Amino acid sequence: MSPTQRYHVLDRPPASLSGFLLRWEVILVGLLLVVIAVNTAISPYFLDIYNLSDATFNFSEKALLALAMALLIIAREIDLSVAAIIAVCSLTMGLLAKAGYGPGALMLAGLAVGAACGAVNGALVTLFSLPSIVVTIGTMSLFRGLAQVVLGDQALTKYPAGFSALGQGYILNSVPVPNSFVIFLVLAALYGFVLHRTTLGRRIFAIGHNPTAARFSGVPVNRIRFGLFVLIGLMAGLAAILLTGRIGSTRPNIAQGWELEVVTMVILGGVSIAGGAGTIAGVVLSVLVLGLTTFGLSLINVPGIVISILTGILLIVAISAPIIIKTIKRG
Amino acid sequence: MTIAVEPPPILELAHMSKRFPGVRALHDVRLNLRPGEVMALLGENGAGKSTLVKILTGIYTPDSGTLHVEGQPRSFSSPTDAWAAGITAIHQETVMFDELSVTENIFMGHMPTRLGRIDWSKMYEEAAALLARLDADFSPHTLLKRLGVAQKHLVEIARALSHDARIIIMDEPTAALSSREIEDLFRIIEQLKAQGRAILFISHKFDEIFRIADRWTCLRDGEYVGEGQISAVTTADLVKLMVGRSIEHVFPKREVAMGDVVLEVEDLANPTEFDGASFSLRAGEILGLYGLVGAGRSELMQALFGLTPITRGSIKVHGKPIALSSPSDAIAAGIAYVPEDRQVQGTFQPFGLRENTTLASLAQHATHGIISYAAELATTKKLGQRLSVKAASWEQRLGELSGGNQQKVVIAKWLATSPHILILDEPTKGIDIGSKAAVHEFMGELAAQGLAIILVSSELPEVMGMADSIQVMHAGRFVRRFSRAEATPEAIVSAASGEHSAHEAHP
Amino acid sequence: MTRVFATRELLLGLIVAALMVTVGLRAPVFLTPASLLNILTDTSFLFMLTLAQMAVILTRGIDLSVAANLALTGMIVALTSRALPGLPLLGIMTLAVGVGSVLGMINGTLIAFVGIPPIVVTLGTLAVFRGLIFLIAGGAWLTSKDMNETFLAFPRATWLNIPSLIWVALIVSTALWMMFRHSRIGRGLYAVGGNPVAARYCGINIARQQFFVYTLAGAISGLTGYLWVSRYGIAYTDIAQGYELTIIAACVIGGVSIAGGIGSVSGALLGALFLGVIVNALPVIDVSPFWQMLISGAVILAAVIVNARSEKPLGKLILREARLKAAGSEK
Repeated sequence: MSPTQRYHVLDRPPASLSGFLLRWEVILVGLLLVVIAVNTAISPYFLDIYNLSDATFNFSEKALLALAMALLIIAREIDLSVAAIIAVCSLTMGLLAKAGYGPGALMLAGLAVGAACGAVNGALVTLFSLPSIVVTIGTMSLFRGLAQVVLGDQALTKYPAGFSALGQGYILNSVPVPNSFVIFLVLAALYGFVLHRTTLGRRIFAIGHNPTAARFSGVPVNRIRFGLFVLIGLMAGLAAILLTGRIGSTRPNIAQGWELEVVTMVILGGVSIAGGAGTIAGVVLSVLVLGLTTFGLSLINVPGIVISILTGILLIVAISAPIIIKTIKRG
Repeated sequence: MTIAVEPPPILELAHMSKRFPGVRALHDVRLNLRPGEVMALLGENGAGKSTLVKILTGIYTPDSGTLHVEGQPRSFSSPTDAWAAGITAIHQETVMFDELSVTENIFMGHMPTRLGRIDWSKMYEEAAALLARLDADFSPHTLLKRLGVAQKHLVEIARALSHDARIIIMDEPTAALSSREIEDLFRIIEQLKAQGRAILFISHKFDEIFRIADRWTCLRDGEYVGEGQISAVTTADLVKLMVGRSIEHVFPKREVAMGDVVLEVEDLANPTEFDGASFSLRAGEILGLYGLVGAGRSELMQALFGLTPITRGSIKVHGKPIALSSPSDAIAAGIAYVPEDRQVQGTFQPFGLRENTTLASLAQHATHGIISYAAELATTKKLGQRLSVKAASWEQRLGELSGGNQQKVVIAKWLATSPHILILDEPTKGIDIGSKAAVHEFMGELAAQGLAIILVSSELPEVMGMADSIQVMHAGRFVRRFSRAEATPEAIVSAASGEHSAHEAHP
Repeated sequence: MTRVFATRELLLGLIVAALMVTVGLRAPVFLTPASLLNILTDTSFLFMLTLAQMAVILTRGIDLSVAANLALTGMIVALTSRALPGLPLLGIMTLAVGVGSVLGMINGTLIAFVGIPPIVVTLGTLAVFRGLIFLIAGGAWLTSKDMNETFLAFPRATWLNIPSLIWVALIVSTALWMMFRHSRIGRGLYAVGGNPVAARYCGINIARQQFFVYTLAGAISGLTGYLWVSRYGIAYTDIAQGYELTIIAACVIGGVSIAGGIGSVSGALLGALFLGVIVNALPVIDVSPFWQMLISGAVILAAVIVNARSEKPLGKLILREARLKAAGSEK
């Protein structure tokens, strides 16, 4: 067989406009514009820069979790215990604060405990080959239960001065952009780079597409899985620092229900629940879409629980649309 | 045998066509089956045989064409319709339920009921009767996951028989069976013939076809190319029809000077999968590993790749003992393993060609962890061209390529790791003859360049044509090693069936 | 099937019995007939819902919306009964089952006919159902003052000295057992979850099976919705909040595999009983209810690990000795 090419193979397929427009991220941008337009029409307070920046407080912590959750879901795993990990981290920080430690020690402890909880999840999933959905339902009860046992129905409210600076503060005083939002954007860029440009990111996608073939191809599947659980635990610790700093107290039901909101953010962002597909850009856009929708509706005093109807419908419609379009095209 | 009056056909297919996006699987195909006869369906992989079977069993609906069963026109919209018309199939891969009992596997989808409730006792009775007919050595209550491969196959046959079908399709039924089990199967086929049933027998083993079939129909590239009496034709005639050219070009064997010993395996064992495996391999040598499906060859090779745990024995590469706890250890030691099940173990269907090619050697295509697209493209192009991969672009999704091209990409992936020892596990299974020849030629080239190759194969002609020596495995153990000179088909096959092993013959 | 019953369920049964005896030693009142009846009554909801969820999980699905369905149906039924005081008990129950089924059909349609993954659909419907409770009641709570005697009487009734709820659970459980064990559609569920490709080859209509289980789950959730609201005399947005996870926990403890195709009625019922015993035991032995979550979490994890161990594939049985050994241990 001669070494010269028998067939002419292009380097890249020809670019197509419809291919580009039908990409999930582009659809999300469109959705975002619609959300902004509708909200501006509904309420004059929407486009106010101070209001918008305050709005980011409500979703930045969840958004941090969404970044790590996206990686997990792309790798065909899930972690439903993230909110409970926040509770444990917050609890630890509160107890240390009560014992007189300063903000630095608190933050370190928060991150460490988060990573440790993540390690528990990671160990259970990799050592015993257990499905992560079931393991994290168990650890969710375990961690949340721990918080309940220690705190009962009390709250920890004594936090040192300076601790809330991160969670409540703004990065610049001229343009009031909150620290937490900036942290989210910076980390989003980092996550995007790692996921889409590095060997680790490629391996995560491989695991999500086909874990068996990944293993057969020399990818350290269990090591990466473990690492992803520790990572999301770490992010939960960070989220706990920001959240606790912002609200200034810890109760056992802190961040209750966040796990499902985070999963919704990720799936709406175009990450397939079956694994192997998704982009960080999509997740960021989805965070903005959901965050601004919630904020806009709350401006006109729609109760949170009713907003969640819209979120639920949005999720279902968003996921069905490509499936229905594909079926119509084929038929 | 001259027949004065031939019975009317029990199954008539005419002008059958089926298209998939980008592929014309069947075009204007015809097929006739008569009651009481065995019809061999011949064709290369990709010729359209499995599509035809899926149409006959109601899994696919044809785009055009007619189907008559016992003179009545039929169209199937689901497998249940096919059963109702009296057609069942024994598929190539066992598609069954591991967690359910043998009885439930046999009757799933058509369980006998009494007043709306399942009639368990009747079901167990019937299952036991079917198993007895097949000389099965297990009870109908056994959970399927506790059976060996050949036993599972018997359950598949029992399932087909439970439908009391008039037309039985057997798709490569003997792949996992020993000589004795094949005799049993043929005995059952004769019984079915005597009962007036028709059998569509799909196999690429010509000795079996000539033994059991009455007539033949041949497909090539999705089209009907001929039919006739088995007694009136030779193997060479059939191969020519199947392939479109004569056989000699398929196994180009070169003479290669062998180098040093690169691999030494000593007394390797695993608790359930293999025992006492020892062999050595030299640079430039091609070692064929032959055996029935389920003999433990892949498992042994996977142990050499760090995937299966070893409880005894040692492995030495270039004279140095190595411990393998994961595939990355093996890759670092210069071993590459092209797996048997391309779909599940080798490819990432949604990934592009480039990403598939570089996955096992990512570190070589990245600096400080950041992947270089240029480096990836260069490797992909180089190897893709060398293997003559046919694709629209190097970014094309692997799932859109043909089986043969996908296999070439998997091989490219492993070549990109610059191995010294290449293990090919059924590398030409399920691919068209053109790609097959390309893979064989390529193997020869690699051996000439000093690579040591282990070829695991269930195809006797392939192993006899390509290997310098042939190691036969049976039920997890090495049975006999044949040099190229002393290898004869009969000796190899009987060794693989366990007939000359030191252990008791009945598996 | 018979072999599986022997080990796993027997072990679970023994654990439950041991648990009850241990508690009984500390507080003998726990083992009195009245107390035992109370445990069964309290667990009656969990029995029915666990079996319904088991049907869903068998097909490789999951239904996170059952608790929200329960709450929404309960509210609808309570509102209807308040508006139509003449509505007899049978009418109330039929309405509950009907509404629950319709809600379940929404899940069923999206999952079976549109092809959206179950976790995504039920995450969405969970939010929508909860939000709808708020909307239809205008944010108000319904209490026993708003409920008439016909509505409230049933859970208090007894027959042969056994509370009605236990009878309902018994009837429903028996019917479901008949379905799982002795009906074609029930055996088909095991096939669909065990090997969907093989199930299709056997002529089983997977979409129809899926539609069936989600509708069934909805029907049972609906019925339980009425019983819950009636028993506790209250209906508002948050009833049974988080209960879906308790139900899944009961399934997991009972040996239902999240991967589908594996599970038994006796196991599921024992799993529910286990959780029911714990919930009731804690106050009796003076352990604060705050420990409940922690204990549940630990038990779920233990159960999952044990299940995984026993389900562990034996490795390919290639060597003849290995096969004989496995066959020998079978008999």
